[in-house]
Amino acid sequence: MKEYTYDRNARYARTHEWVRLDGSEVVSGVSDVAQDLLSDVVFVDLPAVGATFKQGDVFGAVESVKAAEDVYMPLSGTIVAVNGELADNAEWVNQDPYGKAWFIRIKPANAAAEMATLMDAASYKKYAEEEAAQGH
Amino acid sequence: MTEPLIYELSSPGRKGVVMPEPDVPLAELPSDLLRADLPLPEVSEIDVVRHFVRLSQLNHAVDVGMYPLGSCTMKYNPKVNEVAVRLPGFAWTHPLQEPETVQGNLALLYELQEMLAEASGFAAVSLQPAAGAHGELTGVLIMRNYLYDRGQRQRTKILVPDSAHGTNPASTTMSGLTVVEVPSDARGNVDLAALKAALDETVVGLMLTNPNTLGLFDENVLDVTRLVHEAGGLVYGDGANFNAIVGICKPAELGFDVMHFNLHKTFSTPHGGGGPGAGPVGVTQELAAYLPGPIVALSETEEGSLCLPQMPSRSIGRIKSFWGNFGVLVRAYTYIRMHGAEGLRRNSEYAVLNANYLQARLKGTYPVPHGDRTCMHEFVAQGRIEGAEGIRTMDVAKRLIDFRFHPPTVYFPLIVPEALMIEPTETESKETLDAFVAALLKIAEEARTDPDLLHTAPHTAPVSRLDEVKAARELKLCAPCY
Repeated sequence: MKEYTYDRNARYARTHEWVRLDGSEVVSGVSDVAQDLLSDVVFVDLPAVGATFKQGDVFGAVESVKAAEDVYMPLSGTIVAVNGELADNAEWVNQDPYGKAWFIRIKPANAAAEMATLMDAASYKKYAEEEAAQGH
Repeated sequence: MTEPLIYELSSPGRKGVVMPEPDVPLAELPSDLLRADLPLPEVSEIDVVRHFVRLSQLNHAVDVGMYPLGSCTMKYNPKVNEVAVRLPGFAWTHPLQEPETVQGNLALLYELQEMLAEASGFAAVSLQPAAGAHGELTGVLIMRNYLYDRGQRQRTKILVPDSAHGTNPASTTMSGLTVVEVPSDARGNVDLAALKAALDETVVGLMLTNPNTLGLFDENVLDVTRLVHEAGGLVYGDGANFNAIVGICKPAELGFDVMHFNLHKTFSTPHGGGGPGAGPVGVTQELAAYLPGPIVALSETEEGSLCLPQMPSRSIGRIKSFWGNFGVLVRAYTYIRMHGAEGLRRNSEYAVLNANYLQARLKGTYPVPHGDRTCMHEFVAQGRIEGAEGIRTMDVAKRLIDFRFHPPTVYFPLIVPEALMIEPTETESKETLDAFVAALLKIAEEARTDPDLLHTAPHTAPVSRLDEVKAARELKLCAPCY
């Protein structure tokens, strides 16, 4: 398996979204593993600011030359900002998945309990490697 | 690529045709509909012929070489189909003629309905839908209307396995229903526990492709259809892979309630540039009243038996003008009559045998996630090669072009990363299959020793590697509209 980068300050969903606490809000995007599986990203579809979702809901989609995949809310909450710059810079998802290519900023509804359901970087790395070994 | 655009071949004043003097009075067109700035190419007949013949020679087609595009069933289109469809009695009739004057054409449609019903086990067939996805939309509307007529208006969901063709969720959405995805289990079948959990009184039905897009026959298909029926739902069959089972088993006997047939896959009509296609729909007796019409019914009249148009009593309505794509239906009819029941079964068997031969020969070199199972007419490998970490499916696919093979379907189904979906069809001989295997094994070797050869492939095609990322990111959708 390839060597991927993992943000040690983030927690991860099984669907390959990362989420990072930032004050009372959280920032989210997709992981380095996800961008590699997708290959060259060409379009990111993001929700409207103010929209409210539950953990696990589809909030948008990311489209590459190979496929279009839904992206899922890592935590329940309200969208307070989206990264509009991705519209013209979809390649950032491939280049800097944990930084410039953040997708959404969420005001979480139940951060403490739901954060505990996500994986830390070490567990996520193990999960991603097991998935790859199974051919997924 | 050296061939210029036809506009670049234009020479002022050159003409391909000379229109005869009109033999009827000229009608004046309103001046606001006339324009002087219509830049059409000015070329002679030979300019046009040579231009398009040269373009056709740059293309790959099943008449040129193997075309193992998984799920698409690029089988040979026998030339006798073209002879049949050009018979004057078919070619020179008009869809608005009185039925009594086109009894031969209507009899062909009637017999094709009957033959498709026999092959699938369904009670009734409509030939109207113009393509597979059109058949899906038709089928979903039939299921919905049938349930609504029985007061089941709370049913708004369609279950779709994660191995389905993308058209299934699209057809569901077009019909105003909601898609619920059902995962596959470790053996590539529908996950029965997840199916049970998703089934309730809000479900219209399940759309199931069997064999599925992994090329696997669902080992629990009888349980799947039973569970859906017990929940009060119906089962739609996506007939895209019917070519693996024709003459061997009948979908209606497996518990399917509706299914479309892709005549351009199973029954050898051309895929041709996006159309025309034909996606007839078969249904059980309970659903027959809902078929789109007209269908052809055999009626006893004073002049004897006549084939006449009939609108089913609770029809979802017309979904296509006239009689569907009649020329395609003639070709499929010809194919069925040329092979007969035994021949159709043999074609299914050879399609499955060819796919299993390729799977067995390739799985030591290219991973096949479900390679422990016998596949049906296709299988899904992965473009991952041990010792060549930087190589992806797309590199393997592009390099195959240099060996004069059309690449298989890539990156579908989505549940297999780096998917390489291979469907040889019954068309190919063992010699051709061996040459295809030899090419893929050579490419795996090149991937380890000279990966750049793959990264920059194809090298012998009229155009080299296209920049798909640039094409997708910098869309230019507004060509000048004349």
